[in-house]
Amino acid sequence: MSDAMIAIQDVTKAFGPIRAVDEVSFEIGRGEFFSLLGPSGCGKTTLLRMLAGFEIPTAGEILIDGQPMSAVPPNQRPTNMVFQSYAIFPHLNVRDNIGYGLVRMKPSKAELNATVDRALELIKLPGYSDRMASQLSGGQRQRVALARALVCRPKVLLLDEPLGALDKKLREEMQLELRQIQREVGITFVFVTHDQEEALTMSDRIAVMSKGKVLQIDSAAALYEQPNCREVAEFIGTMNVFEGRLLGVAGGVARVDAGPAGELLAPVNGAADLAPGAAVSVAVRPEKLEIAASRPANGNAISGRRLAEAYLGDRSHYYVGAEGLPKPIAAAAQNKQRALTSGASGETVWVHWPVEAGVLLER
Amino acid sequence: MRSQTISRLLTIFAFAYLAFLYVPVLLLPLFSFNDNIYVTFPLKGFTWKWYQSMAANQPLINALVASIQVGFAVSVVSTVIGMLAAMGLTRYQFPGKGLITSTIMLPLVIPYIILGISLLSLARQVLNIDLSLWTIVAAHVLVCVPLSMLVLIARMEGFDKSLEEASLDLGESAWRTFWRVTFPLAIPGIVSSFLLCFSTSFDEFVLAFFLSGTESTLPIYMYSLLRFPAKVPGALALASCILLGSIIVIVFAEWYRRRGIQAQQEGLV
Amino acid sequence: MAATGTFAEGRRSASTWDALRRFWRLHPGLRGLALLTPALIILIVMMVAPLLLTIALSFATQTGFAIDRTPTLANYAVLFAEEGKLYRILIWKSLWMSFTATIAVVLLAYPMAYYLAFRVHRRKLLWIILITVPFWTSYLLRVFAWKVILGFNGAINSGLITLGLIDKPLEFLLYNPTAVTITLAHAWAAYAILPIYVSLEKIDRSLLEAATDLGDGPLRRFLRVTLPLSLPGTIAATLLVFIPTVGDYLTPSLVGGTSGIMVGNSIAALYGKANNGPLGAALSIAMMLAITLVVCAFLAAIGPKRLRHKGA
Repeated sequence: MSDAMIAIQDVTKAFGPIRAVDEVSFEIGRGEFFSLLGPSGCGKTTLLRMLAGFEIPTAGEILIDGQPMSAVPPNQRPTNMVFQSYAIFPHLNVRDNIGYGLVRMKPSKAELNATVDRALELIKLPGYSDRMASQLSGGQRQRVALARALVCRPKVLLLDEPLGALDKKLREEMQLELRQIQREVGITFVFVTHDQEEALTMSDRIAVMSKGKVLQIDSAAALYEQPNCREVAEFIGTMNVFEGRLLGVAGGVARVDAGPAGELLAPVNGAADLAPGAAVSVAVRPEKLEIAASRPANGNAISGRRLAEAYLGDRSHYYVGAEGLPKPIAAAAQNKQRALTSGASGETVWVHWPVEAGVLLER
Repeated sequence: MRSQTISRLLTIFAFAYLAFLYVPVLLLPLFSFNDNIYVTFPLKGFTWKWYQSMAANQPLINALVASIQVGFAVSVVSTVIGMLAAMGLTRYQFPGKGLITSTIMLPLVIPYIILGISLLSLARQVLNIDLSLWTIVAAHVLVCVPLSMLVLIARMEGFDKSLEEASLDLGESAWRTFWRVTFPLAIPGIVSSFLLCFSTSFDEFVLAFFLSGTESTLPIYMYSLLRFPAKVPGALALASCILLGSIIVIVFAEWYRRRGIQAQQEGLV
Repeated sequence: MAATGTFAEGRRSASTWDALRRFWRLHPGLRGLALLTPALIILIVMMVAPLLLTIALSFATQTGFAIDRTPTLANYAVLFAEEGKLYRILIWKSLWMSFTATIAVVLLAYPMAYYLAFRVHRRKLLWIILITVPFWTSYLLRVFAWKVILGFNGAINSGLITLGLIDKPLEFLLYNPTAVTITLAHAWAAYAILPIYVSLEKIDRSLLEAATDLGDGPLRRFLRVTLPLSLPGTIAATLLVFIPTVGDYLTPSLVGGTSGIMVGNSIAALYGKANNGPLGAALSIAMMLAITLVVCAFLAAIGPKRLRHKGA
């Protein structure tokens, strides 16, 4: 029997003929910062709401801390949620908002005030207790929503795209703060977002979802370096993908006929047993590519002509167009090495990478 | 320039229109102070006597009390039912919503004469109940529930649905969520609904006329006065008082409503 | 796993009660329907049932105080026959009087609403209160005011005599269809302004700026942009005034005299003094059908496409 905080077992949620969540099973461990990542409509919010109790699974079971939740309404679950719109009660001030969930336990006034004050310290808004919602900025409301949920001491905190409405700088600040708070408080966080950078920054593990199914669950690094399918590979970061046919596998290395890109080699991750002739792709991250004037001896190499460059301050992206390929190859390099990688538009170059840097995926 | 002429004409029209709306009604107070049984020019002299006779007029006072009682009962019942209906329609999804909404709005488009007579048949011939203020209350509730629902739906749609979910999430039961979150936020709508239903019931004549028993409401009483020329000035005095009362209530209601909208616009919701 | 086992066990031993509870939880929409039950009960008991009763009554006959409930089309036959000609004329007259009153109301209300929406900038609240106050004063009062104005010794007559403009009071002012129409046009004025105003107010001002930018003068802009976009509110106002006034009882009874009575008065008389409830019921049904037909024809004439413009 596993010691998972949340166990999701074959959960499906159907709205009529449409399956928003399709036979999903996985576990979330205690104290984990776990993210549900995916494009809109992938089912992540529906899944979160099923954890909270606002949606009921059409099939399957959800267990929180070993207890089945199918008969438990949202107000009795050991979870609390930070809503996308923050849902701060407009007719109550900050103090009453934060203390809202504690009132029914009938604590003494001193206790209640002490708890609220501690919470205000945690979210770095001391002295704001008498303000009303209309007097708070978006970021402040978000923090009040967080405090309000945390004072109830839930076993699991659910966050529904809480940073979506904030501007970039504030969002980045809040990402770090949330992570810190989670470490301090030590409870399990389940975080829903469509922003893959956000998920990668904050999470211990990420579940990438698409069309109701979970594609891959892994740490940020594993998802980035070893995506298990094309969808995950292209959703996280940028990926160069060369489509082709599998020629053969020898010594853990696959030979792929990638058409206009030539013959490419890629390590086999051991996942699927693919037969020669299978439709596959060789995928490689831009920062793993190097640009050279002549074809190097080892590794994969493709010849092409420089198209455009994009300067991004700390790094640059270089685009190389190769004959017959539908999209330009994107290479990225730190600008420390700019002298080595930059060049004139139209120049013929070789884009190359070591075999281990690539990934073999099903087409 | 043509557009300036049009503008000026439009302004003149607007003021003339206001005059058209008000002058006939303002004649009532005018003649209520006139020392003449007949409502006719020239004016004879200023007098309070028509107003003074009102205070001693027992049937009038009874009718006024009856109207207030009916109005109050109707407002309370209609607002409660309207609130429940508004919550059902705005917070939940189920098939047939459009049909149900249209059905509940139907009393607004059926001529009151037909409603009155049909209800009379129902009461007397089928259910065999006596006519009284309660039958009037029932009829008024029928026509006020759609109004109440309209007002409350507008109010309920104005605030965030996640507020109620947040309350549940934080551990409150549905009942307590209603009292701690939904009700406080709906109060402006509830007040509006109350005022709307009260004034509708207070002024309503046709349904009351057909469904009243021994007790009359104010409109019925006033209608009876109009048949006798001698009683007309008394009716004028009564009408003027009602006019003044309505104006005060409306100004208050509108001010209150605007305050609510302002609060909403300041990022409250 | 124990958890799955519990779940499976729950399923296997589901009693009817548990199944119902689960159904209730799985379909939150049911709670919505439950909240609507009081309203629906009121509707059914107080509106649907009485109307069905009236329909049923229209197929009965009454002699004296006794009602014979054997179904018969006799009442409807009367309405269509020669003896019912009066009633047909009455329905037609009521429709016509309402129609003229409605046209008058809407034509007058539109410029007022336009003024309020586009020309008033500072004291909008005050104007809105001024427009709304008549809306909320008693309908009875407004009709009564016109009775006082148009009467034989009423305000107009005595005023004109005092000013020396006429010698004898004008007789044609009161107790005829015109008096009814004028009174209706005044009493229902406020009901028309608000829907039209709301419709005009909602028009996105940048649309008007775009039209001007593309070359339209004020008149063309009004005809091509403002008027079409305010159509939903105007149509609403038209229906809001027309439908209730056809069956109006109060106004014709106070200012209509004998020549100005409308269908509503006739129905009341049939139920009351004439002791012919079934015919009254049949007349009621006929009137409602007439109103429905006219409204449908009106909406069809406007065209379903234009009705879909829900404002800018």
